[in-house]
Amino acid sequence: MNDPINVLTLFLFNIVLVNIPLLYGTVGEIVVEKAGSLDLGVEGTMAVGAMFGYLAGCAANSVMVGLLVSFIAAGLCGLLFAALTVSLQANQNVTGLTITTFGLGLYFFIGKGLGERWPAMTGSQSLVKGFAALEIPGLSKLPVIGKALFSHNVLVYLGVAVAILVWWYLNFTKTGLRLRAVGENPGAADSVGVNTLLYKYIHLIGGSGIMGLGGFYMALYMGGSFEGSNCWINGYGWIAIALVIFANWNPVLSILGTLVFGFFNTLQIYAGSLAGAFPGPLGWLSAIPPHLYKALPFLITAIVLVASSIHKREGSGQPAALGLNYFREER
Amino acid sequence: MKKFLALALAAAMSLSLVACGGGNTSTPAASGNSPAAGSGSDVSTPAPAGNGDFKVGAIYITSQNDVAGYTFQHHNGITTAMKDLGMDPATQLLIVDKVDEDYDAVCSAIDILANQGANVIFGISFGYIDAMNDKAGDYPEICFSHGTGYLGNETNFNNYFGRIYQARYLAGIAAGMKSWEIGNPAVGYVAAYNTEYAETCSGINAFALGVQSANPEATVYVKKINIWGDENLERQAAQALIDTYNCGVISQHCDSAQPQLVAQENGVFGCGYNSDMTEQAPNAHITAAIWHWNVYYQTAIEAAMACDGDASQFVDKMGGNAYYAGLAEGFVDASPLNEAVAAPGTKDAMEQVRQMMVDGEWDVFTGVKLSYIISDDGELEVVKTEADLVDTNGTVIVPAGGPSVDDGVIKGSMDYNVAGVMEG
Repeated sequence: MNDPINVLTLFLFNIVLVNIPLLYGTVGEIVVEKAGSLDLGVEGTMAVGAMFGYLAGCAANSVMVGLLVSFIAAGLCGLLFAALTVSLQANQNVTGLTITTFGLGLYFFIGKGLGERWPAMTGSQSLVKGFAALEIPGLSKLPVIGKALFSHNVLVYLGVAVAILVWWYLNFTKTGLRLRAVGENPGAADSVGVNTLLYKYIHLIGGSGIMGLGGFYMALYMGGSFEGSNCWINGYGWIAIALVIFANWNPVLSILGTLVFGFFNTLQIYAGSLAGAFPGPLGWLSAIPPHLYKALPFLITAIVLVASSIHKREGSGQPAALGLNYFREER
Repeated sequence: MKKFLALALAAAMSLSLVACGGGNTSTPAASGNSPAAGSGSDVSTPAPAGNGDFKVGAIYITSQNDVAGYTFQHHNGITTAMKDLGMDPATQLLIVDKVDEDYDAVCSAIDILANQGANVIFGISFGYIDAMNDKAGDYPEICFSHGTGYLGNETNFNNYFGRIYQARYLAGIAAGMKSWEIGNPAVGYVAAYNTEYAETCSGINAFALGVQSANPEATVYVKKINIWGDENLERQAAQALIDTYNCGVISQHCDSAQPQLVAQENGVFGCGYNSDMTEQAPNAHITAAIWHWNVYYQTAIEAAMACDGDASQFVDKMGGNAYYAGLAEGFVDASPLNEAVAAPGTKDAMEQVRQMMVDGEWDVFTGVKLSYIISDDGELEVVKTEADLVDTNGTVIVPAGGPSVDDGVIKGSMDYNVAGVMEG
């Protein structure tokens, strides 16, 4: 049996390592929703980003290429969504679900349908190295949290940086302000000269691209193995949509949200180890039905949703025109 | 115009959604078929006369296009068996796939296959049990065969499963030998479930007994993920076993090769399940417990064909309504040993124990324990010792020297772990 402190450290470490794709998905979806579009295609968009980013990364033996291609491939899903819902005024919910179906279909078609055996990640040393832990000097030497928070791969830090950057962009730049106006009231934004069409297109593409980075992360985490029958993304895209609500459309809060969801996700696996390491204070963990861990995050989201709708005057982050198509000529 | 276009597109998309949701039915392309002609089969079993019209029906839980996992194993088994019998799966195999374990869904899948003229219907998932039981009565002219179940009748309905625990024991020997060689008594096991199902806990127990035969000090740590297939959780569980229990060998009862990949990434070793995973993890994987489903499917299709239109003879032809075969019949086995990784003596031990089970001389859940002695000249000898088989609470399951527990227990009611297993 391992040292209890070590078990605790590993538990915290895995909360971050395994669940960062949620952060990318959530931040991407926040960007999209702030432009007034409800994109339910996160799962499919992440799958597309994962597939193309991974294959390109392997082919070029480069993490940077993988990141770029996953951003572009997922961005194209965003472009498709924008073309259908913004230009052609299709229903956003249906279009989003279609993107999910389409993205997963494309994932399975390329991953399995072609009958090819795709390269294992071990064949690309630079992907392996790119996903290896990068210890932050000084901080990583701290007990427990040094390993848990500051000895991660570069994509973890990038995810947090993207979240903070998007938060700054939304709240402290002029374009961010205009974007929020488009999401709240596109008619009003339009009347003061904001190019709503352009804003929607750019942010749907950019937000989807960010989701794609999360997909790429997941591909690397799973070691690039196409075995088994479920997709790498494995429902994380759907959780990301719930997390947007949990985080109240605030990218910085979504970091917290990711850790809360991640806590329960990782607890499913670690409950037994924790109960063994701390038989006194945490022994009860092994008696909890494991299915509860799967359900709890969503229960919390429901509570947050109810709480935030009660305190509406506090200013819910939900854009007023979310999910509504804007058609200039009907203004 | 623009609005009309958008409406049309939206309609097309929602239709495509609906289209993707339902089960896929593949219908035979044409009825004019040529048995055995160019089917690419190496095995030259002569085509039984008049099997050109014989139709095999199959109900799958996931897609027939999977390249790994449970449905893949069965689909592969059925098509292999058909080719070996000189049949053409393209025209003689009727499939309804992606059928949930839902009574109505299974009933309608059976109706579809019956209408298409299936002579025998295989249902591969446990939850199909009630629907198959009822429909076997509605269609007395069709043979019904249910995988992993326990129901059957006296005429046209049987169930089938295998003694996979025997193969697990062999894999356990390989894992135990390796843990002895590397001097690490901690062995990990990523499980879908444990004592919730006899299938899972009998596998864990057999594996643990195999491990203990080679390394009496070993403990098997079990982490369950509470779902049959989830690659992400499988990876997390395998990593947690290595991180928190310092496991040096990782085995599994779950669909994907993720636990073996994780073992390789961490420089430890592993035993897979369902398929030879040496290809995915050549530096880690030792051997896997595998199924040869085609062995059963060939037997069953032959029996159904031998009924010659009278399905009520099916159970008689199968020699009973519960087919339960193991190493002796070649239904289960250990995959070829990865000798570059396996510890010395593993091959000898596995072969000798395998032969003992094939000959019916010894079985896993008995009051006789095995151990191995390697003499100075490298000869390995299997030693039998009479000892109680006890569970984790110390309750005696089989007293020393006692006979094997009943098949019914192994298949259906086992709900304990043997001593030396720790769930964490």
